[in-house]
Amino acid sequence: MVAVRVKAELRMQPAYRLSRRKFLQAAMVAAAAAGSGIGCVAGRSPWRFLSVDEARTLAAICDQIIPPDEHPGAAWAGVVNYIDRQLCGPLRRLQNSYRLGLAAIDTSSRALYGANFVVLAEARQVELLGLMEQGRASSEAWKQISSSEFFALLVDQTMQGFYGDPRHGGNREGTSWKMLGMPYPPIRGRLHYDVNQRDVNQPVVNLPNVKKKDITQSQRTAPVSVANSKVK
Amino acid sequence: MALKHVNAVVVGAGAGGGIVAKELATAGLSVVLVERGKWYTAFDCRKDDLRNQRTTVLGNSFGPDEDRNPRVLVDEQGKEYVQKPSDGGYSNNAACVGGGTASYGAMAWRYMEKDFRMRSTYGSVAGSTLEDWPISYADLEPYYEKAEWEIGVSGDDGNNIFRSPRQRPLPMPPLPPNREYQVLKPAAQRLGLHPFDIPMLRNSVSYNGRAACMRCRWCVGFACEVDAKNGTQNTVIPAALASGNCELRSECIVKEILTDSQGRVKGVAYFDSESRLQEQTADLVVVSGSANESARLLLNSKSRLFPTGLGNRYDWVGRNLQGHAYTGAVGLFDFEVYDDLGPGAGIAICDFNHGNKGLTSGGMLANEFIRLPYQFVGWRAPGVPRWGRAHKEYMRQWYRRSIGVMGPVQEMPMFDSRVQVDPTVKDYWGIPVVRLSGHRHPNDLVVGKFLASKAEAWLKEAGAITTWTFLPGTGLSGGQHQAGTCRMGEDPQTSVVDKYCRVHDVDNLYVIDGSVHVTNGGFNPALTIMAIAYYASDNLVKLWKGTHGAA
Repeated sequence: MVAVRVKAELRMQPAYRLSRRKFLQAAMVAAAAAGSGIGCVAGRSPWRFLSVDEARTLAAICDQIIPPDEHPGAAWAGVVNYIDRQLCGPLRRLQNSYRLGLAAIDTSSRALYGANFVVLAEARQVELLGLMEQGRASSEAWKQISSSEFFALLVDQTMQGFYGDPRHGGNREGTSWKMLGMPYPPIRGRLHYDVNQRDVNQPVVNLPNVKKKDITQSQRTAPVSVANSKVK
Repeated sequence: MALKHVNAVVVGAGAGGGIVAKELATAGLSVVLVERGKWYTAFDCRKDDLRNQRTTVLGNSFGPDEDRNPRVLVDEQGKEYVQKPSDGGYSNNAACVGGGTASYGAMAWRYMEKDFRMRSTYGSVAGSTLEDWPISYADLEPYYEKAEWEIGVSGDDGNNIFRSPRQRPLPMPPLPPNREYQVLKPAAQRLGLHPFDIPMLRNSVSYNGRAACMRCRWCVGFACEVDAKNGTQNTVIPAALASGNCELRSECIVKEILTDSQGRVKGVAYFDSESRLQEQTADLVVVSGSANESARLLLNSKSRLFPTGLGNRYDWVGRNLQGHAYTGAVGLFDFEVYDDLGPGAGIAICDFNHGNKGLTSGGMLANEFIRLPYQFVGWRAPGVPRWGRAHKEYMRQWYRRSIGVMGPVQEMPMFDSRVQVDPTVKDYWGIPVVRLSGHRHPNDLVVGKFLASKAEAWLKEAGAITTWTFLPGTGLSGGQHQAGTCRMGEDPQTSVVDKYCRVHDVDNLYVIDGSVHVTNGGFNPALTIMAIAYYASDNLVKLWKGTHGAA
C-alpha cells in the first residue's frame, strides 16, 4: 500500500509542474486512455482518489473560493493535489462526501444552466456556489449530501491547501505565505531574531548567545525512547 | 512474568506525574513512571501548521493515536458521538512524555488568593458546585516558587498589582517585547489598567543547560525546536531517571488499579508497548493522567470492595469537569502590528480576574500566541465573506495588521459536567473509554461577554479601526485545560481526595494532577498543577515510612 502511494506521488510530480491548462490536457488524454479512477490505489486517473473529471470540477471550484488575482489562485497553488492526497490519508473518511458532492454540483449545474460546472461562466459558478452555501441549490441534486455542509467542507479544505504548509501538497512554492508577507521558507529564529531591537532599553539576546554547542548538546542528550527498556 | 515490586507507580508523565516521579525518586523511593504516549524530542517539533496539538485538521502530533483511543461525547440533546482525538468534542490534551507540557504555550500563572476561596468570595451560585479549596494560596506559595525555579520561568509580573504575594522573583527576565506588546502596553496604561510581562515556562536566557528561545512562531501546539520551552519532559523527568530510582515505561496503557482484600491498592495492570498485559506491584499508586483519563482509570478499577470504582463511594469521581471558556476580541489596525516574533503572547492584565461589579468570577486577558495563516482564515471581521475574492483580499490586507486579545473565564463547576466510562465503546486494548456529557454554567457566558468587551475596549484604545468579539459557547468544557474531576476536599462525601491529594478511603492511592482542582482559576492551569505536584509529593515523602509502612 505504501509503495503504491509513493508511486502515485511520483507520478504526480510532472503534472504538478505543468501549467494548469497543460495539466488538464494531459489529464484528459490520460483519462481518455484509461477511464475513471477507483481511488487510492494505482488507478486509471493520474490522481490518487479523484477522477479526471472530478479533479477538473474541484479545480474550478477552488479557483472561485480563492481566485487568482495579482497573486495565484487555489488551483495553481495545488489545492486539488492537497485535497486528493489527504483523501487518501488523514481525510479518508471524507471520500464519500467528495464523490457525492462533486457529482451533485454537476447535476445542479446542468439543472440550472444546462452545462457542467467547469464550463460555466465565472459569474454563474459564483452564483451556484453561493446557492450551495445558503443551502438553496436545487434540492433534487442534493438528496444524499447537504449542499451547505459540502460547501463548508470545500471552503475549509481549500483554505488548508492554500494557506497550509506546502509539505501537504498545496501552497505551491509557499505562494500564499509570500502573499501574506510570511517569510518562506520559514527558517524563523535564525533570520528574524534581530528585527525588533528598536527599544534600546530592552536587553537584547543575540542569536550568537544561542550557542550551537547548547543546541547540539541538548539534542544529543535528549533520550530518544526508553520504552520498556528495563522491563524484560 | 512478575515485575520487580517497587515503592510507587506513577500513572502519567505529564505536568503532575513527572514532578511526582522526580520528587519520590530523589527522596529514595523506587518509582515506575508509566506513560501511554511516546517520548518525543526537539527533533519532533515538526512545525506542521495543519497537524499539531492546536490545529488538528490532519491529526495531532503528540498523541494519543487517532485510531486506538476513541471517546464518546453526549451532546446537550442527548445524542452520542464517537470522537477521535483530533475531533473537537474529544477534549484532548496530549499523550506523550511531558503530557501537555511538551507542546503547550507555556504560560506560567499562579492562581490568585481568591481563586482558592471562590465560595467564600462570591457565595453559593445556583446550579453550580462552587466551593472553596481545602488549601490556601499560602499553602502552595513555596511550591509555586519551586516550580518556577526548577522547571524554569521567564517574565516579570512586578507591574501586576493584583498578583498574589511572592517570596522570590522569577528566575529569568522576560523576552524583549514584540510589536503587539508595544502597541498594547501604553493603551492599557491610558485605560488605567496594569499590563505586565506574562510569566512563561520558556527560557529567555540559557537556563538549566538549555538554550534561550529563538523567537520562532511555533510554540503553542508544537514541541520546541531548540528545547527552550520547559516542560516535565526536559527537566524533572530526566532528573528522576538520573537519580537511578526511577524507570520510565512509555507506550504503556494502564488498564486498572489493583486492590487487595483489605481495600488497599497493590499496583496496576497495564498493557506494555507490545500490548502484553503486565502487572506492576507497588506500595502506593499515584494517578496523574489528567482530568479525563484519571477519572476513567478510577472508574475502571472496580472490585468487590469498590463496585463503582476507586474513590467513588459517593459518586463524585468524574464530576465537575472544567476547562476554560475562552473569550476575547480581535482588532484590525491601519498599520502593521504583527512582526512574527514568537511566542507572540507577551502582555497581560489581571484587572478583571476579580472584583467585577455585579459579576461572579473573571479572568486574565493577554494578547494571543502567534497565528499561522490557516488559523487567521477564521478571524473574519463581521461582514467579510468566508470565500472568494473579498476573503483573499481580506487575508492579504489584515494578516499583519491584526491583534487578538483573549482570556480564560474562571468557570463555575457543574455536577453534571462529567466523565463516565462508556458501557459499550472500548479502546484498542478493550478498556472502556471516557464518556463525556454536560455543559457550561450560564455564568461563564455572562463573564465571557464582559471580558470580551474589556478586550475590545483595550484594542480600540490601542488604535484598532475595526473590532469584534469572540464569545464562548455553551458546550461542555475540558480540553487542554481540563480539571476538576477528582475534587480535593475535607468531606469524603463531597470530594474524592483529601487536601494532600490522597483518595479518602484508600490510604495508599493518590490523584495528583489537574483533576483535584476545586475551581480552575481564570488562568492557564499548568503551573498550579506543577505546584500541587510538588506540594503533594512533599507531604507524601514526609509520611513515607518505607515499604509496607503507612504511606
